[in-house]
Amino acid sequence: MSVFEGFKFRSASSPVHQLDPRVKFFYVCIVFAVAVMFNKLLPLLLLFLIQIPFILVAGVQREWIRSMKGASVLALIIFTMNFVFSYFMPASVPGVEPPIDTPLEYVLIFERSLTMTFRFIVLVESFSVFFLTTSPDRLSLALEQSHVPYELCFAFTTAVRFVPVLAQEAQTIMDAQRARGLELERGNFVKRVKNYVPILIPLIVNAIRRSLELAEAMESRAWGASEKRTNLYVLKMKKEDYSLILLSLIMLVSAIYAWLFIPIPSLTTFLSF
Amino acid sequence: MIEVKDAFFAYPNGIEALSRVSLTIRNGEFVAIMGQNGAGKTTLVKLFNGLLKPTKGEVLVDGVNTRKVSVANLARKVGFVFQNADHQLFCETVEEEVAFALRNFGFKEKTVRKRVSWALNLLDLTEYRQASPFMLSGGERKRVALASVLAWNPKVLILDEPTIGQDHQQKDKLRQFIVQLNAQGKTVVVVTHDVEFVAECAPRVVLMAQGNIVADGSAEEILTDRDLVTKASIVSPQITQIFLELEDLGLPNKVINVHDGGRVLLNFLEGRLHERV
Amino acid sequence: MDAFCLVVVSGRALAVIETKSLTYTYAGRTEPSIQDVSITIEKGEFVVLTGPSGCGKTTLCRCFNGLVPHFYGGKLEGELVAAGLKVTEHPISELALHVGLVFQNPENQLFALSVEKDVAFGLENIGMPRDKIRERVDWSLEMAGIQDLRDRAPHELSGGQQQRVAIASVLAMQPEIMVLDEPTSFLDPLGAQTIFEVISKLNKQLSITVILVEHRLDLASKYANHVIIMDEGKVVLDGEPRKIFSSEEARLIGVGIPKAIGLYQVLEQGGIHLRSVPLTSEEAYQLLREVLAHD
Repeated sequence: MSVFEGFKFRSASSPVHQLDPRVKFFYVCIVFAVAVMFNKLLPLLLLFLIQIPFILVAGVQREWIRSMKGASVLALIIFTMNFVFSYFMPASVPGVEPPIDTPLEYVLIFERSLTMTFRFIVLVESFSVFFLTTSPDRLSLALEQSHVPYELCFAFTTAVRFVPVLAQEAQTIMDAQRARGLELERGNFVKRVKNYVPILIPLIVNAIRRSLELAEAMESRAWGASEKRTNLYVLKMKKEDYSLILLSLIMLVSAIYAWLFIPIPSLTTFLSF
Repeated sequence: MIEVKDAFFAYPNGIEALSRVSLTIRNGEFVAIMGQNGAGKTTLVKLFNGLLKPTKGEVLVDGVNTRKVSVANLARKVGFVFQNADHQLFCETVEEEVAFALRNFGFKEKTVRKRVSWALNLLDLTEYRQASPFMLSGGERKRVALASVLAWNPKVLILDEPTIGQDHQQKDKLRQFIVQLNAQGKTVVVVTHDVEFVAECAPRVVLMAQGNIVADGSAEEILTDRDLVTKASIVSPQITQIFLELEDLGLPNKVINVHDGGRVLLNFLEGRLHERV
Repeated sequence: MDAFCLVVVSGRALAVIETKSLTYTYAGRTEPSIQDVSITIEKGEFVVLTGPSGCGKTTLCRCFNGLVPHFYGGKLEGELVAAGLKVTEHPISELALHVGLVFQNPENQLFALSVEKDVAFGLENIGMPRDKIRERVDWSLEMAGIQDLRDRAPHELSGGQQQRVAIASVLAMQPEIMVLDEPTSFLDPLGAQTIFEVISKLNKQLSITVILVEHRLDLASKYANHVIIMDEGKVVLDGEPRKIFSSEEARLIGVGIPKAIGLYQVLEQGGIHLRSVPLTSEEAYQLLREVLAHD
């Protein structure tokens, strides 16, 4: 579960935390676009490194490393799959022709697989920073101001609000059933799955009861009283937000320019082939 | 029966819930563990059936160290009724629900059926045998939870805040039921902040505050001690509050319930009458 | 103060809730949960509503702000006027501005990720302008005594703190009437006392009419100036606290009569008469002192 810690919001007051979520999301989208544009390793490595300052400024290194650790398993799978795929379908990699017998060709396939893996890593990296530095409250506000229907935003914050409550309830239910002799750790696979029924049913039933109580409380606080719902807080764009937008656009334009006009050296040039 | 020796308990996030707690509960005792919400009462009783293991020190149940055996093993001897019955109800019928633990412990089907009938009868639930537990009222669901624990006849019965949400008559019935169980030899441990409930049955009281046991004695001694009551942030029974204010008139001050209070006053006034005569 | 002046001027206090033969049956049931309920609650009163489990008090509470019948459906007969509005003719979102309802479980009435946002929730719903919301939130937090909890997340709070947030959230809409359905069920006695003190303050300082459903009469009855006892869907006793709690009927219904009154009754039976019926331990020992120090 520790990989999820790499995406959970951490309260702090760094400049990155203060940025408007919509702008941060725009930035993440640009990163995604740039990552998808290139097939060579070098630009992706650059993209990976460019985001490190953000992580350091936000002070979320420890949590970010956890998300990277969690992603490493998937990254390995992606690398292996790409390597195998490129080996059997070399037409996708320029400069490689079957049969694959020269070291150069191996390096090219290796580079391609590494590039694909880094695409994934760069994405995880930027999303991790996004969620680590954006509180669910601000995220919901950003959604609201982006004209997402309020019901959905409310469902989102309520869900986040109750995650720790449900987690604790699940623990209590497990304790209660263990105290009646239920052994969750023993038995074969089928038995273990069956053993979770006494945990899931109370959890679900209580969740339904809880949502009924919540609905009553919502109604009692004038839910739906007005078509034009106001908000205690409002997101206003500051100069830091505009700076990030500018930075993202510069990144995008440079990337397009590089993609169109600059031949990017592959790994092979550095390995003196 | 249950021995707690210098036990400490800290949650994974570092919060220390119990610090150097020592306690012995003998067979057949009736003990009320009292204190403010957050004093560590529930944490303490979870050590008794192994749901929590002490981070330092040890807990022995019938001579066996709780660290060495599973919860299921300890649960056979120590029954735990949780505060919220809805945290355990999951079966299609009340019968299944009461049989659940019995089947977990490996009882033979014939015995299971007998025990279920016995438990349902004890808690006045026989008419609901085939009913769905989810369709019953709050009070009835609590009784189903209690029946499902009593069914396997554990030597010790722990009840965590059994009076929450109950009306006066339900509390009375529960109190009488618990007293009767104890009279029949069962060791009963009640975790509660309900002073009036405790004042009516006057068990041994273990008073906790901030993870420590601050007092261990009779209900009359503890609930009438102003300093202890303040230290543990609890409230004295209403009758006690009255008698503590009348101390200077020479009245006994270890009174905790209406019945005793009335008797004391009437005797006192009668005595005065005789004096004058 | 308001109610007092009105009495002097018009000779009759304002009824803020009035029901006539109110009967309600939940959808899918055959028996009504409340039957023939006719009560009058005057502005500024502190009403304690009690009775055995299942007597209908929770259902009655939900009638006051329109959850019954608008949320629950079912069949509502008779009349109910709350804060001048006929409950059947106005939506819950409108009634909520006049009748606030605080529920039993503190956890399930807080939705937001901070106390401040929760208190603002109702005001946001009605579309109040931002700066006015801020003012109200500040005021409400102060009234409930929880200014220091402003930025905290609800999950970190104790049950008592959560209930105060719930009260502040309802108070923010400045309703004339506040209904509280067993708000201290999950709290220990000290926590319960704190809640009652906050409610009493709102009742005295802001003249908010309070309807408190409670089993813990030992702690709650001293604040009441009007008691209603229900049993099996009907209102059985309705009037002045001391008279009702010391009555035989109350004892037979089985409500948890305050211990001070229990003592009073035991003494009565033994031939000792106190000057008046005590509701609290303070009143009891003062009255006893009179009798005991007589010589």
